[in-house]
Amino acid sequence: MAYFSQQLINGLALGSIYGLIAIGYTMVYGIIGMINFAHGDIYMLGAFHSLILFLILGSLGVTWVPLAILLVLVFAMVLTAMYGWAVERVAYRPLRGSTRIAPLISAIGMSILLQNYVLLLQGARGKPLHGVVTGSIPLFEQGGFVVQIGYMQILIILVTIVLMAGFTWLITRTTLGRAQRACEQDRRMAALLGVNIDRTISMTFVIGASLAAVAGLMVTLYYGIIDFYIGFVAGIKAFTAAVLGGIGSLPGAMLGGMLIGLIEAFWSAYFTVEYKDVAAFSVLVLVLIFRPTGLLGKPDVEKV
Amino acid sequence: MPDAPLLTVEHLSMRFGGLVAVDDVSFAAADRAITAIIGPNGAGKTTVFNCLTGFYKPSIGCMRLDGARGSFLLERLDGFRVAQKAGVARTFQNIRLFAGMSVLENLVVAQHNRLMKASGYTVLGLFGLGTYRAEEQAAVERARYWLDRTGLTNAADDQAASLPYGAQRRLEIARAMCTEPVLLCLDEPAAGLNARESAELNELLLKIRDDEKIGILLIEHDMSVVMEISDYIVVLDYGRKIAEGVPSEIRRDANVIKAYLGEAEDEGPAARAGEARP
Repeated sequence: MAYFSQQLINGLALGSIYGLIAIGYTMVYGIIGMINFAHGDIYMLGAFHSLILFLILGSLGVTWVPLAILLVLVFAMVLTAMYGWAVERVAYRPLRGSTRIAPLISAIGMSILLQNYVLLLQGARGKPLHGVVTGSIPLFEQGGFVVQIGYMQILIILVTIVLMAGFTWLITRTTLGRAQRACEQDRRMAALLGVNIDRTISMTFVIGASLAAVAGLMVTLYYGIIDFYIGFVAGIKAFTAAVLGGIGSLPGAMLGGMLIGLIEAFWSAYFTVEYKDVAAFSVLVLVLIFRPTGLLGKPDVEKV
Repeated sequence: MPDAPLLTVEHLSMRFGGLVAVDDVSFAAADRAITAIIGPNGAGKTTVFNCLTGFYKPSIGCMRLDGARGSFLLERLDGFRVAQKAGVARTFQNIRLFAGMSVLENLVVAQHNRLMKASGYTVLGLFGLGTYRAEEQAAVERARYWLDRTGLTNAADDQAASLPYGAQRRLEIARAMCTEPVLLCLDEPAAGLNARESAELNELLLKIRDDEKIGILLIEHDMSVVMEISDYIVVLDYGRKIAEGVPSEIRRDANVIKAYLGEAEDEGPAARAGEARP
């Protein structure tokens, strides 16, 4: 029971990160029907922005951790959002109205470009950042095993909950959110009502990228090491999470992220760490076979 | 009643490869009047609408709108700016509501631009700015007003897709009106409505014309609607304008009768056009 609880905590923290990235996939898919394969690399950029900002703040003498994290959070979100915006503007918007496959290829190209961009600027070696948030709270003890929740895990879960709440509010209650949902359902009709489609789509990328930046920050703090390639696997995992939850569905992305996180944590704990990716992707395969629309996705109605 | 032209279309042509869908059509639509565009199937009516609302870039021609919001050349505006700047709203032959949203939300989306400005493009709205609250309240009020006008008040919180067909048609008109247009383009609003519903539609359109003081451009096959409420009629056939005039003139026009009766004897519009003759 103790061991199980510990894995549950680990899984939820990991799942939160996947969920934050998965939102970006699912939103973009919802609004323009493409898989933004560069999104994982946007997340990687978010991690690098966080790392660099921490170093800058450190050299400026900002050593109070909560303030440093808050500042990094804000600036990393802004910087990464700019990249998200630029990627859409440069690589996807010119291809709008072209074939479905064109932006997909462009996205893969953008992914490779961003990876190499960071590789060139930052080098291939892993960049460590240790000891920003350490320590944990012991919850209970059973049979000599102490279940504990790290401060970092608390931070991850809290930040995720707050962002999810804010984000849900944004989508369901604000003018921008309404415009996004309108574009999702019928882009041309939305334009006829005066909704600026291009801007709405840009905002979708900006929001997705800023959430990915938060995930990047959390990963940097949680694992303490990042490199230019982390976006690939995390991106695929988050994509799996989005598909598992039902791509296009926002609660689905969050749920899928949590499930993938939990599956990984439990698989690593009870079976083998080496095969945790196999476990996660097997779930994807099973979902696609038995429930192609995902857990919370709606069946795709053919537009006439 | 019809005064200065609200919309002036000059030499409008639309080609798709070798097909000429609209061929050198010129007409004007007056402010505070209902102008109907009629013609047999495939005459190019919807293509004219698509040009007006920025779906198509016309091959040749000029479409000028002189409305309350200023003077615009519609062919120079792209996509959303036709609605946002010039104030042209339209409905579709096959209904295009936001099916997954509630009826009320459909109407609030239509007020996007005003709300967007009031909320400082969402950023300021996040801080719960007072002006945004007030504007949002006003948007809901305006939506309620149109729900009331179209008899949908009781359905405000229903999903748009769950409404009966006739109600969906009315909701589409209400949504178009929520953009506060200067020109309302309706593509076959009476299609699929029964006699009572189309009588209600007539009444609604006349009220919109008189109360909101806007111009209405109407594509319609149902001659009981066209003849009853139109102030002016433009007849298209094979992409060309074959006649225009007030309803009583159109009824007697030899070209129009030929176009309808000569081309498609078994079709609904033809039969109804025949009935409508005095």
